[in-house]
Amino acid sequence: MSGHGSSNFQPNSKVVRWIDSRLPLFSLANEQAIEFPTPKNLNYMWTFGAILMFMLITMMVSGIVLAMHYAANTELAFDRVEHIMRNVNFGWLIRYIHAVGASMFFFAVYMHIARGIYYGSYKAPREVLWMLGVVILILMMATAFMGYVLPWGQMSFWGATVITNLFSAIPLVGPTIVEWLWGGFAVDNPTLNRFFALHYLLPFVILGVVILHIWALHISGNNNPTGVSVKSSKDTVPFHPYITIKDLFAMVLFMLLYAYFVFYIPNYLGHPDNYIQADPLVTPAHIVPEWYLLPFYAMLRAIPSKLGGVVVMFASLLILFVIPWLDTSRVRSAKYRPMFKIAFWVWVVACIALGWLGAQPAEGIYVLLARIGTAYYFLFFLILMPVIGLFETPKPVPNSISEAVLKGKSGLSHEDEAALRGSEKPAGSGDVRPDGAPAAPKKD
Amino acid sequence: MLETTKIGGAVVPRIARAAFGGVLALALLGGAAQAAGEAPHIEKQDWSFSGIFGRYDRAQLQRGFKIYRESCGLCHSLDYIAFRNLTDPSGPAFSEEAAKQIASEYTITDISNETGQPFDRPATLTDHVPSPYPNSTAAAAANGGAVPPDFSLIAKARAVHRGFPGFIVDAFANYAENGPDYIHALLLGYEDPPADVEPVPAKFYNPVFLAGNWIAMPPPLQDGQFEYTDGTPETVEQYSTDISAFLMWAAEPHLVERKEFGFRAMIFLAVFALLLYLTKRKLWRNIAH
Repeated sequence: MSGHGSSNFQPNSKVVRWIDSRLPLFSLANEQAIEFPTPKNLNYMWTFGAILMFMLITMMVSGIVLAMHYAANTELAFDRVEHIMRNVNFGWLIRYIHAVGASMFFFAVYMHIARGIYYGSYKAPREVLWMLGVVILILMMATAFMGYVLPWGQMSFWGATVITNLFSAIPLVGPTIVEWLWGGFAVDNPTLNRFFALHYLLPFVILGVVILHIWALHISGNNNPTGVSVKSSKDTVPFHPYITIKDLFAMVLFMLLYAYFVFYIPNYLGHPDNYIQADPLVTPAHIVPEWYLLPFYAMLRAIPSKLGGVVVMFASLLILFVIPWLDTSRVRSAKYRPMFKIAFWVWVVACIALGWLGAQPAEGIYVLLARIGTAYYFLFFLILMPVIGLFETPKPVPNSISEAVLKGKSGLSHEDEAALRGSEKPAGSGDVRPDGAPAAPKKD
Repeated sequence: MLETTKIGGAVVPRIARAAFGGVLALALLGGAAQAAGEAPHIEKQDWSFSGIFGRYDRAQLQRGFKIYRESCGLCHSLDYIAFRNLTDPSGPAFSEEAAKQIASEYTITDISNETGQPFDRPATLTDHVPSPYPNSTAAAAANGGAVPPDFSLIAKARAVHRGFPGFIVDAFANYAENGPDYIHALLLGYEDPPADVEPVPAKFYNPVFLAGNWIAMPPPLQDGQFEYTDGTPETVEQYSTDISAFLMWAAEPHLVERKEFGFRAMIFLAVFALLLYLTKRKLWRNIAH
C-alpha cells in the first residue's frame, strides 16, 4: 500500500500523466484516498478521525485569523480580545468558533481514543499508529493550555501560574525550569509572549504528526468493530465514495452540535472569571482548568505530595504509550471480551468522575473519591489489562468481517449485544481463532 | 453502523439520541467546571434576549442606560462601550443625534494637537464612556478600599454556580442568562443581617453576593429614583431588570446577530446533513455492512 505506481491508475489527461510520472501526487491520492480498501463494517465511532481532521483545520484557520487581530502583551491582550469580540467584522464568530472549537476538538479526540481502547486498535500491528496518537494528544493538551492563557483573563493567569509551578516539584532543577518557562520570576509578559509563539507553532507540529499518524494507518489499514483483520476484498469497500460520504455525514452532524454551542451557549464551556482581566494580586476563589483537563487535574490533586501528584498526572498520559504491550489478550475487540468490556466501562466512568472531581474543591470526600478514581485509572492499565487478557475466555470471534456482517445483519450492530448474538456461532469451527490476535497479524 | 436497519424512520431517533448524547457528554464534563461551591438561590427572569430567537428590547436597554448614566456610572466604568455603540440597531438604537447629545454631556480629557497640553472637551461618538475615576487607586480610595468593577463584561464575568443537575439541564435548555439573573437578584438581595451575624463596618449584608455575604456597595436603587417617560413602573424590581438587560447588552453586543446567524447556520447544516444521509444510504444500499 505504501508504494506508488502499482495501482491501475490510468489518468486520461496528458497533463496529469506528465506530472504524475514526475511527482506521483495523483496516484498517491488515488491509492490512499480513493481506492484505499476500508473495512465495510466500520461504525460511526470510526468517523471521529475525519472529524478531528476537520477540527484541526478549523482551529488553525480561525486561529490564524484571530492572530491577525491579537496582541501578545499583558497590557493589550485582554483589550484586543474584546476588540475582536466587538469591533472586528464577525470577530465574535471567529473567536467563539476557536474557543468552543477547543472543547469540541477534545470531545472528538476523547471519543476517538475511547474507541481505540474499546476495539483494541492499539494492538499489533498498530502500535506505532497508536503511539503517534498519544503524541498528538499530549501536543494538543500543551497547545490548548497555552491558548487558554492568551486572553489574559483571571483563569488564564492563575491557570498558567498553577500549571507552570508544577515543574518546581522536580528535584534540584525544578525552580530553575520554572523561571526558564516564565522568562522571569512570575507569569508575566515574557510568559505570554512565548506562549503565543508556541501556541502558533504547535498546531503545525500536530499537523506533521497527524500526517505520520495517517501514514501509519495506511500501512496497517483500519481496525474494525470485530477486531478481525481484513481477509479479502469481500471485507472492504473503497474509501471513496463509501467512507467519504459517511465521514462527511458524521462531520455535518458534529458541526450541528458545534454550531449549537457556538451560536447559543458560547460561554457555557468557559469559565466566567476569564472575562475579568488578569490581576496578579487577586486570586480567584477556585482555580480550575478547562473541562478537558479536569480528570488530570483531579489526579494531580488526589496525591498528597506535590511531586507525587505531578508524577501521577504525567504518568496517566505516558502510560498510554505502553498499553499495546500491557494488553495480553489475543482478541482485539471488546465485543468478544466480556471481562475487559466491564473493566473498560468502569474506566470510562472513572474518567468522567475524575473530570467532575477536578472541578470540586480539593477537600473531604472529593479527595477520597479522586484517589479511588486515580487508583482505578492505573489499575485498569497496569493490572486489569495484562491479567484479564490471561484469564478471560473470549467469546467466539467470527472468521472474517464479511461473515460477521452477514451473521449480524438481522440485529442492530451498533448495539454490541445484538451483534454478538448474531455471531456467536462461527461457521465451521467452534474454536476461538487466533485472528485479531496481536501475536500473529496477517499481512494482506 | 447507526443505520443498518432498513426502516429509515428509525434513524431519526437514533440521530437525536446521538445529538442528545453529545450535548450531555459535553454538558457533564464542561458544566462540571462550574459545578463547585454552594449557591444562593437565583431566580430566573424572563429575558427578551433568551432563547433561540432572543432579541434585546430597545426601550429596556434605553431605560437601563439611563440608570447606568444617572447612578451606576458615578462609580462604575464602562470601558469597552463607545458612544457610537449606543446607536447599535439591535441594541439601544438611539438615534445618532440622541447619541451625540448623550456623548456631549460627558467630558473627555484630551491632549491638544497644537500645544501638547491636556484640555477638556465634550465627548463625541467615537469616544468610549469615560471612567468616573482617573485610576483604580483613586477608585479604591473613594470607595472604602473596594474598586467598583468595570461594567462592560460583568454580565458574563460572574461565576454563578448552578449545581447539579442544573448545569446539565442548562445546556439543553439553552440557558445562558445566569449573569443578568445574578445581577438582578443581587440588586434585590439586600436585607438586614440575621441577629447572630456580626455586622461588618462599611459593608452591606447581601446573601446573593458571590464573594461572601457582605458587599461594599450600598443598596443603589430606590423606588421612584429614575423617571421613566414610557409608563414603565418606577420600582426597584423594574430598575434591576432594566439595568441587568443593559449590562447583558454591554457584555454581548452581538448577541442578536449571533442568534440570527446561528439559526440560519443550523437550518443549513440540518438540511445538508439530511441530504448527505440520503446520499449515503443510496450508495450503501447494496453493500452488507
